[in-house]
Amino acid sequence: MEFVHVIIQGVLLGGLYALFAAGLSLIFGVMRLVNIAHGDLIVVAAYFAYFTMQALGVGPFTSLIVVVPAVAALGYILQRGLLNFALGDDLPPLLVTFGLSVIIQNVLLIFFTHDNRKLYAGAIEMASWKFTPDLAIGVLPVIQFVVAVAIIGGLQLVFYRTTLGRAFRATSDDPAIAQLMGIENRHIFALAMALSLAVVAVAGVFIAVRTTFNPFYGPQLLIFGFEAVIMGGLGSLWGTLAGGVLLGLAQSLGGQINVGLPFTAGHVAFLLVLIVRPQGLFPKVTA
Amino acid sequence: MALLEVNSLTAFYGDFQALYGVSMSVDAGQAVAVIGANGAGKSTLLKSIVGMIRAAPDMIRFDGEAIGGIRPPKIVARGITMVPEGRRLFASLTVEENLSIGGQLGRPGPWTLRRVLELFPMLAERRSQRSTSLSGGQQQMVAIGRALMSNPRLLLCDEISLGLAPIVVRDIFQRLPTIVAEGTAVVVVEQDVMQALAASNYLYCLQEGRVLLKGASRSLDREAIKAAYFGV
Repeated sequence: MEFVHVIIQGVLLGGLYALFAAGLSLIFGVMRLVNIAHGDLIVVAAYFAYFTMQALGVGPFTSLIVVVPAVAALGYILQRGLLNFALGDDLPPLLVTFGLSVIIQNVLLIFFTHDNRKLYAGAIEMASWKFTPDLAIGVLPVIQFVVAVAIIGGLQLVFYRTTLGRAFRATSDDPAIAQLMGIENRHIFALAMALSLAVVAVAGVFIAVRTTFNPFYGPQLLIFGFEAVIMGGLGSLWGTLAGGVLLGLAQSLGGQINVGLPFTAGHVAFLLVLIVRPQGLFPKVTA
Repeated sequence: MALLEVNSLTAFYGDFQALYGVSMSVDAGQAVAVIGANGAGKSTLLKSIVGMIRAAPDMIRFDGEAIGGIRPPKIVARGITMVPEGRRLFASLTVEENLSIGGQLGRPGPWTLRRVLELFPMLAERRSQRSTSLSGGQQQMVAIGRALMSNPRLLLCDEISLGLAPIVVRDIFQRLPTIVAEGTAVVVVEQDVMQALAASNYLYCLQEGRVLLKGASRSLDREAIKAAYFGV
């Protein structure tokens, strides 16, 4: 029964990783930008939620009403004001977002110190459904997983069923020709970043309810996101969910073997996938 | 007043000068052909008009307004659309999505998805296929349809015969009069001189970035065209 519990925990945790990854994968897909600052932006969202909760006296999930649009707006401005100028080659976006990552960490450190913080969600954190005397499943992880699946499904709909999604795909195929057809790439890229950070905001709040965070927590989250994207296969959103679940499972099982082992186990699973199936589980991008 | 006026247009790729003071004009409802050998500057001329290559404002006037140097999306919104060389369809989009992209700006006019599919009936049954699964000729039809969907007042066609079988080329050129009849002026850039002459009212011949010959397509002497084209 213990084993079943570990599996379920892993799967549910994987939903969260899939959310980190979906944001990364979305902007890589649309504009070939690898966002090294992705993890730090997750942390920024968590701090944003922390102070929104204090200012308005609301819970972490209610704070999303403010945090999601605010962080999305930040994404739009960041893209139009900075990242758009770095696009076009492989290296500049990497360098710029790497620099951004360092800056974000240090600005957070100056203002908020190295103290660990956490978002408190109240009784729901402890609530669980008891299936058998020794199998209980937390309500929060289940909500987190359902939200992750819903968001990934929603992104899938946006990409394949809306005018905006069509513009995302056209710009991704051929940015110069997309402009010739009247699509403003600068605006489309900024919308993609806004959408990515809206997803990041939700993920940031969930992770900050789950564990403590500080200004230097971002890079670790970035690694989880990368691992989920690569394991799932580039360019496929459902693949990203599968990659996230696989990473969550590996970490959960690793933690079962030894409390110090979960992250290592995740990395090992990632390397194994790379060796056995370097294109990822469900690749969509060919060539 | 001419719909499009190009005034002493110059264009550069780095240190290399591609156009040396090219002037041309296109009236509303006119079909104009631009011919010339490889490297004569035909594509550069079109790219300058749509804003893919920078030009000084006054070098290009559309509908009386200086539009040189304006970015491509804004040019499309004003009513100039280009069918790019080599078709350049969006590979991950279906035929219908490719067409709809052109209509996304919502410029009013005669061309709708229904009308474009009437113009190219063979696309109707393939509308939900990936654009890359079509033959070259059908892809060219999608590329023209995609441009038409933006309801341009001026349609620029960059080498639409390139790489296609002669019978397919004829089939595509047969549709041009229908497009012009809807009030759209058309500029075709071609290496196929006969096709260009037949499809146009007026013709420009470029050589090494300069206009060497121009005149009403019907009145131009074949020998003069040959001389201007090959530079002999």
